[in-house]
Amino acid sequence: MIALVLDGGIALLTIGIAAWTIRAADDFAAVVGFVAYGLILTLAWTRLGAYDVALTEAAIGGGATGVILMRAGARVKPAPVARPSKRARILVGALSAAVAAGLSAIVLLPPQPAPSLALEVRQHLASTGLGNPIGGVLMAYRAADTFLETVVVLLALFGVWSLGRDAHWGGRAGPAPRPGEGGALPLFARVLVPAGIVIGIYIVWVGADAPGGKFQGATILAAMAILAGMAGRYPPGRSSLSASALPAFRSPAPSSPIRPASRSR
Amino acid sequence: MSLAPLDAATLYGLMGAILVGLGLHGVVILSGFLRRLLAFNLLGGGVFILFGVIARRGAGAGFSGDPVPQALVITGIVVAFCATALAITLIEWLAEDDGDDASGGGS
Amino acid sequence: MSVLLGLFSAVSIVAGIVFFVAGTVGLLRFPDALTRLHALTKADNLGLGLIVLGLLPYSGSLGAALKLVVIWALVQFAGATVAQMIGALAAGEHPPFRGRRRR
Repeated sequence: MIALVLDGGIALLTIGIAAWTIRAADDFAAVVGFVAYGLILTLAWTRLGAYDVALTEAAIGGGATGVILMRAGARVKPAPVARPSKRARILVGALSAAVAAGLSAIVLLPPQPAPSLALEVRQHLASTGLGNPIGGVLMAYRAADTFLETVVVLLALFGVWSLGRDAHWGGRAGPAPRPGEGGALPLFARVLVPAGIVIGIYIVWVGADAPGGKFQGATILAAMAILAGMAGRYPPGRSSLSASALPAFRSPAPSSPIRPASRSR
Repeated sequence: MSLAPLDAATLYGLMGAILVGLGLHGVVILSGFLRRLLAFNLLGGGVFILFGVIARRGAGAGFSGDPVPQALVITGIVVAFCATALAITLIEWLAEDDGDDASGGGS
Repeated sequence: MSVLLGLFSAVSIVAGIVFFVAGTVGLLRFPDALTRLHALTKADNLGLGLIVLGLLPYSGSLGAALKLVVIWALVQFAGATVAQMIGALAAGEHPPFRGRRRR
C-alpha cells in the first residue's frame, strides 16, 4: 500500500516536471527541468526493477544529454516565442490526449498471460558465461544490436565532427588557471578523476554478474575526461573531443539565474 | 481481456502514456528547435517507460523483469543520446546560418 | 535488537528528510544566489549523511555499507566544489579559480 503511494508520488512528480519543462520560461530553465526529469525517471526505473536501465538513464539520459543540451543552450540564442493560434493549440492538445488515451488503454488492458522471454533467457544464460541477464541479452543473444549501436555512436561522432563549427574545437573552455594555482575545480579534478576512472572500469567489469555494463561505465570515463579537460589538467588537443563537449562554462547561459553581485545589489 | 491490477507497473504505464502525450504536444506546439528537442526527449523517456512496464509484467524465472525489453531500452537510450548530439550540432549550424538564432520558423 | 535498529533507521531517515525539506525551503525562500547556496549545501549534505546513516544497518554487507559512505563523501565533495564555483561567480569574481581571492 505504501509502495503504491510512493509509486503514485513518483509518477505525479515526473509528469509535473515534464509539464514544467515544456512550459518553462527560457532555455536554461527548460534544460534544468530536463535534467531533473532524467533523475526522477531513474527512480521510476528502480521501482520497475530495471537496475541496469536506471544506471543508463542516470548516466546518459540525465547526465550526458543534459550536459550537451546546456552547452547548446548557451551557444544558441533563444528563439522568439511564437504563440500558435488557439485553434491550433486545442487541436494539438486533443491529438496528444488521444495518443495518451490510446497508450493508457494498452497499459490497462494487457494481454493475458503477459508475454515474456525470461524463461528462454534463463535457460541459456549459463552457456554465455554471464550472471547478469541483461548483459547476456546485450552481449550474446542480441549481439548484433549492440554492434550496430556502436556503429550508430560512430556515425553520430562523424556527424558531429563534420558539421560542428571549427571555432568550437580545440582551445580550452573556461578561463585558464595559472600554472601552480589552486582553486576548487582543479582540486576536484585532481582528487576525483583517478577515483572516477577506477569506478568506471569497475562498473564495466561488474556488469557481467551484477547491474552495470559498458555503456554506464564508459559514460563515467567520458565524464572524467571532460572534468580533466575543464580543470586544465591536460592540454586540449587540436581535435580534442573533451574541449568541444564541455558544458557552457566559458560563457554563462544567456538566461542564467545567477546574476553578478553588481547587478543584484 | 481483463483490467490490469493496480500495481507499480500499471501506475508507471499510465505515467509513460501521459509523458508520451506531453512530449508530442511539446514537439508540435513549442517554438524553437532546442525546446522541441527537449520535448522529443521527454517523449522518448515516456516510450522507454512503456517498454519497462512490459518488461516488469514479463517478470519470471527469478528475474525482476524480462531482460530483453530492458536491453532494448538501454540500446534506445544510447541511440537517443547520439541522435540528440547530432541534432544539437545541426541546430548550432542552423543558428550560425540564421545569425545565432534557432527560431526555426516557430510552429 | 532488530526493533532497535529499525527505530534508529527510521529516526535517522526522517531527520534526513527534514533537513532536505529545510534546504528546499531555503532554496525557494532565500533572496539571492549566495544564501540559497548556503541553504542547499549545508542542509542537503547533512540530510544525505543522516539518510545514509539510517540505511547502514540494512546494507547487508560491509562492502555495501562502505559504498554508501563513499557515495556520501563523493556527493559532499562534488557539492562543495560546485558551491564554491557558483558562489565565486555570484560574488562577482571572474574567473572563479584564478589566483588569490580578493578580500
